[in-house]
Amino acid sequence: MAPEIEVVGLSKEFRVHRREAGFLASVRSLFRRQYDLVEAVKDLSFSIAAGERVGFLGPNGAGKTTTLKVLAGLLHPTAGTVAVAGLRPQRREREFLRQITLVMGQKQQLLWDLPPVDTFELNRAIYDVPRPAFRETLDELERLLELKPIMTKPTRQLSLGERMKCELAAALLHRPRVLFLDEPTIGLDVSMQLTVREFVRQYNERFSSTVLLTSHYMDDVLALCPRVIVIDKGQLRYSGALGELVRTMRPEKRIVLKLERPVLRPDLEAVGEVIEHGDVKVILQVRQADLRDAMSRLLARLPVSDLTVEDPPLEEVMRDLFARSPEQDGKGADKAVALAPGDAA
Amino acid sequence: MSRLANTLRAYPTLLRIGFSEMLAYRAEMLVWILATTMPLVNLALWHTVAEGGKIGRFGQTELIGYFLSAFIVRQVTGSWVVWEMNQEIRSGRFSMRLLRPIHPLIAYTAENLAAIPLRAALSLPVALIALGLVGGAGFLKDPALVPAVLLAIFGSWLISFLNQALMGCMAFFLESSMSLVYIWTALFYGLSGYFFPLEFLSLKTPRATAILHGLPFYYMLGFPVEVVLGQHDRGEVLRGLGVEYAWVAFLLTLTLVLWRAGIRRWNAYGA
Repeated sequence: MAPEIEVVGLSKEFRVHRREAGFLASVRSLFRRQYDLVEAVKDLSFSIAAGERVGFLGPNGAGKTTTLKVLAGLLHPTAGTVAVAGLRPQRREREFLRQITLVMGQKQQLLWDLPPVDTFELNRAIYDVPRPAFRETLDELERLLELKPIMTKPTRQLSLGERMKCELAAALLHRPRVLFLDEPTIGLDVSMQLTVREFVRQYNERFSSTVLLTSHYMDDVLALCPRVIVIDKGQLRYSGALGELVRTMRPEKRIVLKLERPVLRPDLEAVGEVIEHGDVKVILQVRQADLRDAMSRLLARLPVSDLTVEDPPLEEVMRDLFARSPEQDGKGADKAVALAPGDAA
Repeated sequence: MSRLANTLRAYPTLLRIGFSEMLAYRAEMLVWILATTMPLVNLALWHTVAEGGKIGRFGQTELIGYFLSAFIVRQVTGSWVVWEMNQEIRSGRFSMRLLRPIHPLIAYTAENLAAIPLRAALSLPVALIALGLVGGAGFLKDPALVPAVLLAIFGSWLISFLNQALMGCMAFFLESSMSLVYIWTALFYGLSGYFFPLEFLSLKTPRATAILHGLPFYYMLGFPVEVVLGQHDRGEVLRGLGVEYAWVAFLLTLTLVLWRAGIRRWNAYGA
């Protein structure tokens, strides 16, 4: 079966105007403008199967949003080919636009001075959604996102979280099969982040839609994405299962202990690397192979009231990954592919 | 064909939502209307001048008819799409329009047309005052030309919208495209009949009127006002409509060419 999203050798370059600070530089730029060529995405290839939820990760400026915009048909590739739902995004055909949605946490489509229900109605008309289907979808979105009390208030009077819930509803009323979510939880409080995550998961499971999500909140990725694609400086660094990435980058485990009374540091260092040493809470890092032995020793020797085993935080895994150059990975970009044997999942 | 059918099906909803937006911006709308009362100021000025006798064909009564009609025509044919386009393109919000399966220019037309009922309603008292002061005899007498009035006013709106869309497209290429709007607006004030009936110019320079009648500004205000006032016979109205819609066709072509080039640039650099 053909992948739902297929990117082959995608490159995207921008010409960016550059000007030094100061009055003279402003005058000079009037007559002789200087431009830099920025390679936002370089020879990027990956594919995503229908129904997958994939996290699209990378530091600021890695090329994530540029790639999403290419996938949504807003930017044309400088080189390479892109297919979404079997169609070429850059043609922006009506059939393509009806199959996708792009939610950008920092840009809104809701009409600012009207209640969200008016934007919903506008989208119904624009996407030509039959009224019964529209009613059914809206009822469902209303229930999942608890929209009822907010959808008749002017958008400008809604909180950021309420607006994001309505943005999601507006973006999904035509039941797109491919969702591009660019920082959908940015600026939201923890409770609202949970709501949005849960909603995206339910939508994906209910309609077998494909989700490509960028987020700087690793909790979003952990909660939603069994698979991640990591890019840095426009190049693919990793594509595969999230667990595999963590195991590859940080093969250690973390043991979180709650203690009945404080213990001495040397007693902890005898078991593993001390990450955190508090009076009642301690975090130790040990090699995966030593985990069983370390746990036995801790339980036997220390006043442990609770013990849990965790992977290192994803933020640290990412930091380690981005700190390494592609060359350090072995063969540059080849390593990324080697790290992702099940690319198309 | 299905794209057109979908657009036609969606259009009434676009108009309805656009109208709701206008109602939401009612204070802004009132300010805008107050800002477009220049014809009333001009009326006071020229009315005083005409105390000394007629200026060409225009006595005091005719001037009342002219400027009050100019006020109403301006109300129902004004467009502001350039402000929206400029702001959306510069802020990147324009991307949201491109994601929808409807041509953004079509959506902009609906948003602008949706304001006309409210503006027309607010202009109604002015129309009644004009009728009361001037009397029915000061307006169009040939009933066969009533459709021409509607066509002339619609053509005026089209020229206004298209030239604004054209300047809006410049935001794809220029960082300060709004400066073009100020130049255009200054030309409009001077050359459309907004400040005075254009035939005043022909009293001193007979060829000036002929030149101005070839420019689009006249068809944005002076021509529809003169048709409303019944100052042209059928032949002149037909000729005028011909020139007016030739400008519409020219501006539409230019807008679409610039739009395509702009979108290509947006796809290459912007978004």
